[in-house]
Amino acid sequence: MPKQLIIDGKLIEVEDGITLLQACEQAGAEIPRFCYHERLSIAGNCRMCLVEVQGSPKPIASCAMGVNDLPPNRDNSPKVISTQSATVKKAREGVMEFLLINHPLDCPICDQGGECDLQDQAMAYGSGGSRFVENKRAVEDKYLGPLIKTSMNRCIHCTRCVRFMTEIAGVEELGAIGRGEDMEITTYLERGILSEMSANVNDLCPVGALTHRPWAHNARPWELRKTESIDVMDALGSAIRIDVRGREVMRILPRNNDAVNEEWISDKTRHVADGLRTQRLDQPYVRKDGRLVPATWTEALEAVAAKIKATSPDRMAAIAGPLAGAEEMFALKDLFARLGSTNVDAREDGAKLDPALGRASYLFNSTIEGIERADAILLIGTNPRLEAAVLNARIRKRWRQGGLAIGLVGEQTDLAYPYDYLGSGGQTLRELADGKHPFAAKLQGASTPLVIVGAGAIARADGRAVLAAAARIAAAATQGKDPSWNAFNVLHTAASRVAALDIGFVPAKPVTTGVDTFVAAAESGALDFLFLLGADDIDMSRLGKAFVVYQGSHGDAGAHRADVIFPAAAYAEKSATYVNTEGRAQMTARAAFPPGDAREDWTIIRALSPLVGHTLPYDSINVLRADLYKHAPVLAALDRVTPADAKAVAALADTKEAVKDEPFRSAVKDFYLTNPIARASAVMAEMSALKKAAGKAAGLAAAE
Amino acid sequence: MLLEDKDRIFRNIYGFHDSGLKGAISRGSWDGTKFFIEKGHDWIISEVKTSGLRGRGGAGFPTGLKWSFMPKADPRPSYLVINADESEPGSCKDREIMRNDPHLLIEGALLAAFAMRAHTSYIYIRGEFIRERERLQRAIDEAYEAKLIGKNNVHGWDFDFYIAHGAGAYICGEETALLESLEGRKGQPRLKPPFPANVGLYGAPTTINNVESIAVVPDILRRGGHWFAALGLPNNTGTKLFQISGHVNRPCVVEEEMGIPLRQLIDEHCGGVRGGWSNLLAVIPGGSSMPLIPADLCETLTMDFDSLTKLKSGLGTAAIIVLDKSADVIKAIARIAYFYKHESCGQCTPCREGTGWMWRVLERMARGEAEKSEIDKLFDVSKQIEGHTICALGDAAAWPVQGLIRHFRPVIEARIDAYQAAHKEAAE
Repeated sequence: MPKQLIIDGKLIEVEDGITLLQACEQAGAEIPRFCYHERLSIAGNCRMCLVEVQGSPKPIASCAMGVNDLPPNRDNSPKVISTQSATVKKAREGVMEFLLINHPLDCPICDQGGECDLQDQAMAYGSGGSRFVENKRAVEDKYLGPLIKTSMNRCIHCTRCVRFMTEIAGVEELGAIGRGEDMEITTYLERGILSEMSANVNDLCPVGALTHRPWAHNARPWELRKTESIDVMDALGSAIRIDVRGREVMRILPRNNDAVNEEWISDKTRHVADGLRTQRLDQPYVRKDGRLVPATWTEALEAVAAKIKATSPDRMAAIAGPLAGAEEMFALKDLFARLGSTNVDAREDGAKLDPALGRASYLFNSTIEGIERADAILLIGTNPRLEAAVLNARIRKRWRQGGLAIGLVGEQTDLAYPYDYLGSGGQTLRELADGKHPFAAKLQGASTPLVIVGAGAIARADGRAVLAAAARIAAAATQGKDPSWNAFNVLHTAASRVAALDIGFVPAKPVTTGVDTFVAAAESGALDFLFLLGADDIDMSRLGKAFVVYQGSHGDAGAHRADVIFPAAAYAEKSATYVNTEGRAQMTARAAFPPGDAREDWTIIRALSPLVGHTLPYDSINVLRADLYKHAPVLAALDRVTPADAKAVAALADTKEAVKDEPFRSAVKDFYLTNPIARASAVMAEMSALKKAAGKAAGLAAAE
Repeated sequence: MLLEDKDRIFRNIYGFHDSGLKGAISRGSWDGTKFFIEKGHDWIISEVKTSGLRGRGGAGFPTGLKWSFMPKADPRPSYLVINADESEPGSCKDREIMRNDPHLLIEGALLAAFAMRAHTSYIYIRGEFIRERERLQRAIDEAYEAKLIGKNNVHGWDFDFYIAHGAGAYICGEETALLESLEGRKGQPRLKPPFPANVGLYGAPTTINNVESIAVVPDILRRGGHWFAALGLPNNTGTKLFQISGHVNRPCVVEEEMGIPLRQLIDEHCGGVRGGWSNLLAVIPGGSSMPLIPADLCETLTMDFDSLTKLKSGLGTAAIIVLDKSADVIKAIARIAYFYKHESCGQCTPCREGTGWMWRVLERMARGEAEKSEIDKLFDVSKQIEGHTICALGDAAAWPVQGLIRHFRPVIEARIDAYQAAHKEAAE
């Protein structure tokens, strides 16, 4: 039943179950707060959000008071609430004074300065001087790992960080010890926090107690140019904001997108920023006498053109890596088609996906938001905590609400929520697919089941059979239920993957040929020319005598093997389309310019095309996109998910191949080093080493 | 007129007799318990309501009314939690009950739990109370053995009684912090609402009562609510354990009628104020958190909830701390302020930051090392704490300071003057 309230003289109707603070906001009143956060549990400890409620002798913390809990007036008239009265102002000024007496007020040397809640609210509720003449409290700084810089004197004990770690990240490593004014936020063990989401606490911290160590004292927020963009570190396409000073990407922050990442991003998404500055390819190179020497664009392009012209179409191939945008893949495929070759593939890991079956066969069909509606989840050969940390947090969020059964086939590991471990490999999956396993009954008993197949499971030789088995489980689990609910989900790890499948960046026979056959052909001498579009994760030692062109942003494995290097823009430096694992097309925006002579990817391919006699018919990105949208209309529907036809899942389920017994492995072994940019980042290297050391220490402790 | 022996509830409060089951039965415990249970849940609650019993833990909320808030048909189990975290400076009554009259408590717990349809009761005992816990445990074991409590006991209402032992934090005496601690977490008060009667221990309906509130229930039922209501003053009925400490000749714990004049209590039971009544400076009437009352108001003061509230103080736990004229009242309140600074849980801002501030200013004032303008500042700071916190510890810390400033401002000013006279800065 809607309830009526009079807030600051304005009569409003509010829905059931919301807090007084939310009601006040709906009435247009601004309520200051420190501890309250929409996505965390309510602590009610900062006392900044006090409001006056008619009939209550004391001011009330609006964040912690539900509108339903307000005692009704005797005559049932609407409650009168004041957020601006003198009492409220006095109470908030009192709280602000208390918050500031032990706060060091070192804003000039604090990284939070300029975007600090305490600073902002002190402007409204602070006094000009201090009445506090005693000594301020001194608190020792804590070590929370390479990502979180602490200055605990500034802490106002809002416990947002503790609640985030406990509730969202599911890593109970942060807590409060001590009592009264001696209360301190700490890990107690003085060990770095081992969560893939840990740096979000720095965003949550309303003061400068927790700031970003990698960016410490680098820039002031008002010096930065802010660009809204999309992350490519995993296949989720989290919404980010890239902050740039001059030509340099200074930092990456999350943006709110309830459908994808809420307002969290993983540590890799955020702190890969320093990788955008190191190991960059900033000029073309051509291999002469076994050594890569700097060259001009003309020399490089002509060297490649000459090789292409000398090669027959069936002896050339192109492989696209995990960070390639749809535009450049489309241009490259177009060029290869004009040359007469269909040897293109973006399934760098060898995933047995076939776009011909239909879009539903390779999408996360239930959508990321759909996880919150799930009541049973089966994870097959995936470790979502490493493969898509933010999605894992979404599963945990759903688990915390209760009534969720989770089963895992694959590597047994800590996912930050408990699950039923069903088995390690193919045998368990076969039992599930045949409906013999008890968990299959759980899925069938669920009204909105979810089957998630990991990229690692479908990259195996029997990947197609795994996919089919998952499709059978999903089909059986949804039989006779709401037809709009598609339980079949593929969790990709490469940001480029779905777009590549959408535009058909696969060979003509995608089931029998692909990256593996290209590499084998190169090794045996049956392939003369290989174009690597940011592909670094294939075995370079097996490429034989093939002429290799590497187009990409970083000097990684591909560049070392290359005969010609085309320096290209990284994702922060170009506008490119990426389709995330649920099929949501999103576009990055250019936040900075590529370094040196590096160029946007599609323009390089366009520049190459006239030299090989097949000029691509687009002179601007818009013309290219118009052509691209004709081929793959789903890419034009930006920021939306178009549900895919579920018939593809049924078609997939029909394939009868046997899944082998060998255990499933996650596609991601080292979360921090999954792509060339991350591998160039010193911060990621440090985190990777920390995690390994912690793993070893845990192993030793277990052995004792 | 003093309380007659026939109306005494705690007949072994001084431990002169056997505290075990046999002794307790000889003093009337466990008599007719089954009969009360047969009368039903609501009869017990209505009898307690009739008695006018107000909670003995300090706040004075009517006990029967509190019990009636418990849901009657809820699928979740109900719990009775007994608060024996007696940590308020000056209070020392619950431990006497647990030491010497534990069976009153156990029987009361059974009856109260039955009234609220609870089969389980936890008692949270203050960390420092080692012997008390041992005594109570012995009594519980006796009761189990005699099938007075436990599964399939003689009373026909399954009832388990568990002791939880705290670690000595004052804040765990706050009912929701107690629940947190009982559940194994850091003792920090919860936000209310929801109140424990809806969402309490382990998320189930819970009532938290003081030890004394529970221990008087069997006698109220045996002798009738009207008997209890006839004692004391209207709205302040019954008998109460008073605890008098400080500058009296014989500090003691004594059961008396509510509303007894303070002077009679001190003169008759404690042998008077040290150095005579005229040597009285002030009393803290209800445990350290209650504002003190200067001597001139003590002459006619009666000890009950309402008359003390009129003086902007409170009965609290009826722990009376007497200060004679040898006491340094500023230093005394500074010590109390230190206690609250030390025991603040640190969860919410005003109490965490404000208690330390008040203590530091008071320490300086005790030496006279302050400005007179700081007296008003201190009062203002205490007002900024009071009523702005999650639990009542903020209020408890602010009230003594406010009481000091209300009644002893001239003393503080004189101290400051004396200090400044002794520490004149050299003229330029």
